[in-house]
Amino acid sequence: MNRNVEISSEAIDRLYNKLNREAEQSGYHLNPDIMFTKDLVRGLLINENRYGYWACPCRLASGDKSDDLDIICPCDYRDSDLTEYDACYCALYVSQKVLGGRKQAKPIPERRPPDHIRKRNADAIKSSPLSRLSLPVWRCKVCGYLCGREEPPEVCPVCKAKKERFERFI
Amino acid sequence: MPELSHVEGKNVGTIILYALSTCIWCKKARNLLDELKIDYYYTYVDLLSGEETAGVKDTIRQWNPQCSYPTLVINSESCIVGFDEEKIRELVK
Repeated sequence: MNRNVEISSEAIDRLYNKLNREAEQSGYHLNPDIMFTKDLVRGLLINENRYGYWACPCRLASGDKSDDLDIICPCDYRDSDLTEYDACYCALYVSQKVLGGRKQAKPIPERRPPDHIRKRNADAIKSSPLSRLSLPVWRCKVCGYLCGREEPPEVCPVCKAKKERFERFI
Repeated sequence: MPELSHVEGKNVGTIILYALSTCIWCKKARNLLDELKIDYYYTYVDLLSGEETAGVKDTIRQWNPQCSYPTLVINSESCIVGFDEEKIRELVK
């Protein structure tokens, strides 16, 4: 495993600019503390080298993608944390209040359930009965987008999360 | 147990910091410990081997069932979960 790959400041700037552009286009905001935010972007790039995906820099990834899907940035918990605490777990994403300087982003409690509870929840979903709708309803776990179709879309039309981030909702 | 790195400083008990090398709040915790010149041990759990990781996670869970980072264990008696600046500062009071 690549553990100590040097990340260039150009690569950090490139990803920072991309994330910032995409966030603003879809109503999200990166933390205005640029040094802080670029440090997190470095963490994302390190994890991309290590695991092949943007595992959350502030959580321990297992390296097994199917087990880490919920913590691939933007994580499944971002929206709930933005609503409750005005920042995501890392404080990479913040609310308008923080963006406007009316509140400071602070460390927040971990919302992701511990390993054994996540496993239990996943098993419960698998065994839940199917509904009688003509089509299943799929939910994007990143942004909440819903659609009724045979399979989830390849990419979420709202937040661009990949197909694997969808759950069967109904 | 993996080897812990040691930062020498003022002894306020046995302080062990479980951290991730990519985590910004872990970095802030280390910076604050350094600023306060506290003697502490630390390990970056994301840089350990698979076997070591499992053992360390078991240890962390005893103190912090969420197993989140940073987790700071004091004298094998109590712990501070997350970057809690106030509680870390209280260690030297």
